[in-house]
Amino acid sequence: MEHSVCAIELQGITKRFGEVVANDGIDLKLNRGEILSLLGENGSGKTTLMNMLSGIYFPDEGQIFVNGEPVSIRSPKDAFAYGIGMIHQHYKLVDVFTAAENIVLGLEEPGKLDIKAAEAKVRDICQRYGFDIDPGQKIYDMSVSQKQTVEIVKVLYRGAEILILDEPTAVLTPQETDKLFDVLRAMKADGKAIVIITHKLHEVMALSDKVAVLRKGKYIGTVNTSETNPQALTDMMVGHAVTLNIDRPQYDKPVERLTVKGLTVLDGEGVKKLDGVSFTAMGGEILGVAGIAGSGQKELLEAISGLCPVAAGEIAYTPEGREPSNLVGKTPMQIKKAGVAMAFVPEDRLGMGLVGSMGMTGNMMLRSWKKGPGVFLNRKDPNELALRVWKELEVVTPSTDFPVRRMSGGNVQKVLVGREIASAPSVLMTAYAVRGLDINTSYTIYNLLTEQKMKGVAVIYVGEDLDVLLELCDRILVLCGGQVSGVVDARSATKEQIGLLMTRLGGKEAEA
Amino acid sequence: MSNFLSLFLALIIAAITYGTPLLFGTLGEILTEKSGNLNLGVEGIMFMGGALGLGGVFYYEKAGGASGFAAVGIGILCAFLAGALASLIFSFLTITLRANQNVTGLALSIFGTGVGQFVGEFMRVRENGYISIGNHLKGFFQNSPFPGFLQKIPVVGGVLFGNSVFFYLGLILAVGMFVFLNRTRAGLYLRSVGESPATADAAGIPVERYKYLATVIGGGVSAVGGMVYIMTIAGCVWNHEGLSGVGWLAVALVIFCMWRPLAAIWGSVLFGALMILYLRLVLPFVPTQLYKILPYVVTVIVLIVSSMRNNKEKQPPASLGLAYFREDR
Amino acid sequence: MSHEKKTPLIRLAKRDGMEGWKVWCIRAGSILFALLLGALVMALAGANPVTAYGTMISGALGKKSAIRQTVKIAVPLLGCALAIAPCFKMRFWNIGAEGQITAGAIAATYFALFWVDRLPSPVLLVVMGLAGALAGGVWALIPAFFKAKWNTNETLFTLMMNYIVIGVVRWLQGGPWEGRKGSQIIPQFDSAACLPRVLGVHCGWIIVLVLVVFMHVYMNHTKHGYEIAVIGDSINTARYAGMNVGRVMMRTMFLSGAISGLVGFIVASGANNTLYDGVAGGVGFTSITVAWLSQLNAFAMVGISGLLAVLSKGAETLQTRMAVPTSISDIITGILLFCMLGCEFFINYKLIFRGAGKKEARHE
Repeated sequence: MEHSVCAIELQGITKRFGEVVANDGIDLKLNRGEILSLLGENGSGKTTLMNMLSGIYFPDEGQIFVNGEPVSIRSPKDAFAYGIGMIHQHYKLVDVFTAAENIVLGLEEPGKLDIKAAEAKVRDICQRYGFDIDPGQKIYDMSVSQKQTVEIVKVLYRGAEILILDEPTAVLTPQETDKLFDVLRAMKADGKAIVIITHKLHEVMALSDKVAVLRKGKYIGTVNTSETNPQALTDMMVGHAVTLNIDRPQYDKPVERLTVKGLTVLDGEGVKKLDGVSFTAMGGEILGVAGIAGSGQKELLEAISGLCPVAAGEIAYTPEGREPSNLVGKTPMQIKKAGVAMAFVPEDRLGMGLVGSMGMTGNMMLRSWKKGPGVFLNRKDPNELALRVWKELEVVTPSTDFPVRRMSGGNVQKVLVGREIASAPSVLMTAYAVRGLDINTSYTIYNLLTEQKMKGVAVIYVGEDLDVLLELCDRILVLCGGQVSGVVDARSATKEQIGLLMTRLGGKEAEA
Repeated sequence: MSNFLSLFLALIIAAITYGTPLLFGTLGEILTEKSGNLNLGVEGIMFMGGALGLGGVFYYEKAGGASGFAAVGIGILCAFLAGALASLIFSFLTITLRANQNVTGLALSIFGTGVGQFVGEFMRVRENGYISIGNHLKGFFQNSPFPGFLQKIPVVGGVLFGNSVFFYLGLILAVGMFVFLNRTRAGLYLRSVGESPATADAAGIPVERYKYLATVIGGGVSAVGGMVYIMTIAGCVWNHEGLSGVGWLAVALVIFCMWRPLAAIWGSVLFGALMILYLRLVLPFVPTQLYKILPYVVTVIVLIVSSMRNNKEKQPPASLGLAYFREDR
Repeated sequence: MSHEKKTPLIRLAKRDGMEGWKVWCIRAGSILFALLLGALVMALAGANPVTAYGTMISGALGKKSAIRQTVKIAVPLLGCALAIAPCFKMRFWNIGAEGQITAGAIAATYFALFWVDRLPSPVLLVVMGLAGALAGGVWALIPAFFKAKWNTNETLFTLMMNYIVIGVVRWLQGGPWEGRKGSQIIPQFDSAACLPRVLGVHCGWIIVLVLVVFMHVYMNHTKHGYEIAVIGDSINTARYAGMNVGRVMMRTMFLSGAISGLVGFIVASGANNTLYDGVAGGVGFTSITVAWLSQLNAFAMVGISGLLAVLSKGAETLQTRMAVPTSISDIITGILLFCMLGCEFFINYKLIFRGAGKKEARHE
């Protein structure tokens, strides 16, 4: 007989989506008064696993135990009944409701709905943990961190004993993150069991008692945080020690290709997403872009390719042997024609840049559909290109007409990146090009990018993995809160240096 | 002056008469749409409600029934059940089988008008050409439920107390629905289902059950509107030409009043007025027939203005018309 | 508290790519099932279902004249379904075909009534057709413009537009275009303004068959068709590929409205030889279901619109011969649509029953 009963125990949990195995026989244990980090790269199945605890998905195989009892969590309601509350990465809030209305949603309290009483209770919780929200405020008037607070209060309001947080810090400022961690520690002291999903090692080390690592849907192991170190964790996450050895040749005569000055971009609500960003991208160089998620990476690429309106600033583009011209104000089509290509791999992979219902040929056509005279589509050239990409990048697909939606993630990315490279651009922008890819495929992509660089292309590589950025790129631009916090030489910079720049503004002194 | 006033009052009373079927049709559809279901079958549902409501009362009278209360009750019940059943088909197809809501709604329109027509004609043929309700029972449907002295109060008596019982039922229903949607737990949950089913689901709200209930009950309420039209305006005789288009007008009114039950009260009276204005207010150079398109024109304007102003509050339920599948990815 | 390990009784999973023959078996099965339900309705109405179906089929296809009538019903259904297909492919829910037909019919009627003396018949017919297409296109363009500019809900907007234009016809009927005073009827067209007959049916059927081929090519082999498909899949991707989403929306809606308007011209000039408020007569709505059930495939639309036309014509015969109200055709059409809509579920999802494919229990 064990002296303490596990708050949560998973045995052999398996979940498939069509042919994709998202979780493969996972075992996990968590005690009360403990914080467990669920660590893994993007696409390793962390969120899927936790969604099965919160009743969003139902496991195909395996058994969940809560407090030592076998349970079947068929719906979020069941999850609540077992005291499990999950704070999703994409907040599940109703925009036109107030905070309090959102918080009481789904509760089965006896008697009449009493919003006033609920608001009082919410204020109570806020006071106890030092949260700063107005229970009567509508969600659409709130900032991202306020929305997250509402989500956390929602779970606390329900008296959850087991909390799951899915990448809670991705959208927070460092101060907000510290505050969140304090709250989590207080809850742990209260005897609650907490799971935090993350892929950030420093957070794991700072916060958790235990770390469970997933890799490509498989359970690798659980270790005590006090007995491990970031290097060991990385080994578990990646499978072997990160000795990347990415080939990094030097291009002999880099030329100025893209000069961005004072670029400012506002979002739909008028919030500054990019604030006076200035840098130069050289032909024959890979410029890395680092920063915590949501620091303006997406907006930067979109602004350059003409997809989002520029509030201020200029983007001077100098094609091979020609005069510079300003890209601001040009349509995406004109910019593309001028030779600026973008391969953006969004979180859901298909959201932008690919047409899920079409095959490789149809997707190759996205770049060329307008070419040629007349009203008819040219299917021949795209099909040839598709065949080439298929062969050269070893895309696994039954045919060039097989819908890309049904391909696996890595193959989808090969299609996307392969197409952008095939257009022979003079500026090539990629974002998260290796997201969720296995090591071998990642290397294929790195080599492709380096090949382009050696042809004199200006490559802009937005990445998440600092090790890769440091070994692949020539220079690294660090973004923080929509501003450039520094540009470093990738050959001499250290990971710590970049990490510092990512979380702090005004690090100009670090500029190489 | 007093002549003008009495004309005006007569117009209001007539507008209320014409607005009452719309009020039910609209309230039902508001309830349905608040759950995120866009049921475009209202036209068919109101046809079914009209035909079956009339049928129920007719056979009740034929069987020797003479109680006015029972007759009204049977009319409401038959219509409600017909509409609920039709909406159940819609719900099963769109919620459980995830068929496209627009297309299913239109199919229901075709089916419902067919059933209404069929039942109406079938009864006519079977009862040798004519079916109508005796004057005694008719009165319960068409006359005011209030005592005469209240109706005779100068100026306001007729407008306040002279309408058919259905108008007052509609008022109670509208207020009841307002309270339900805005003051009760179930109402809050229902709105969350229509705004963001994923959120509601994550909060443990049984999304499908709410959608089913709201759509089925909403359909039943809409169908009562069809019965009210047949029993009051059409004079207890099956009249498919008069009834045709009322359901679509109800869909328009839902937009016009921005999914608010209380606004549906004055909205339905306004639309009722627009429906009959051509008989009462002849203006030089304005063709009377064009009055009839005014409800649709103002609805379009409301739709445009609300989308231009982009006011977060005055919008259709955010997930209106979309199917929900929890494991979608 | 219950601790037995229970999975839900039935769970759903999305199904990818069922074999083609299975798909068509399910669809054919759903049609059969619908006809069986229809038989039940007929039995309830006191008609022998076997004779009733026999009567319907012979009434719709038994004689040459019957076939002509059936074709006449199918023509606008097919034409309009073709018009709607590109909009639905784009996920633009145009349910305003009813109004776009009517708008086209009004414009065509204007020329039929007032230009008949000034133009020779072939020219007049071409002008009527063009005017109809233009009017239908413009009528459809209005909601598309607001959708592109302010994201105004197109389902509700196009729906409202139907009744506005039908109201305009009522006004014309009782006012400026009224024939005999008080008749509320617009006079019959001069024969010069009527579509000539080919094989006994107005030549509209040739026009829509040409449109079938046109729409198939347009949707599958042109740049426009490609743009439509991409936008329907993901607006972000379309923007990324440099497509002007708003402009494509407006262009596609114009084309869709123009084809509906052309159908309006065909109906007014070929079938009715006049204009009245029921010129569209629900075709705009029924054709939406035709387009959807054909999976937006132009050739499949020929079959489905034919099927619905047979039902509708057959029901007329049923009324004259067996005294069953014609509205039975609407009921059977409705049932048919319900069944066909429902059956798609079994093509796209699979049901997993409790216990199926479950491993041995690992504990206790």
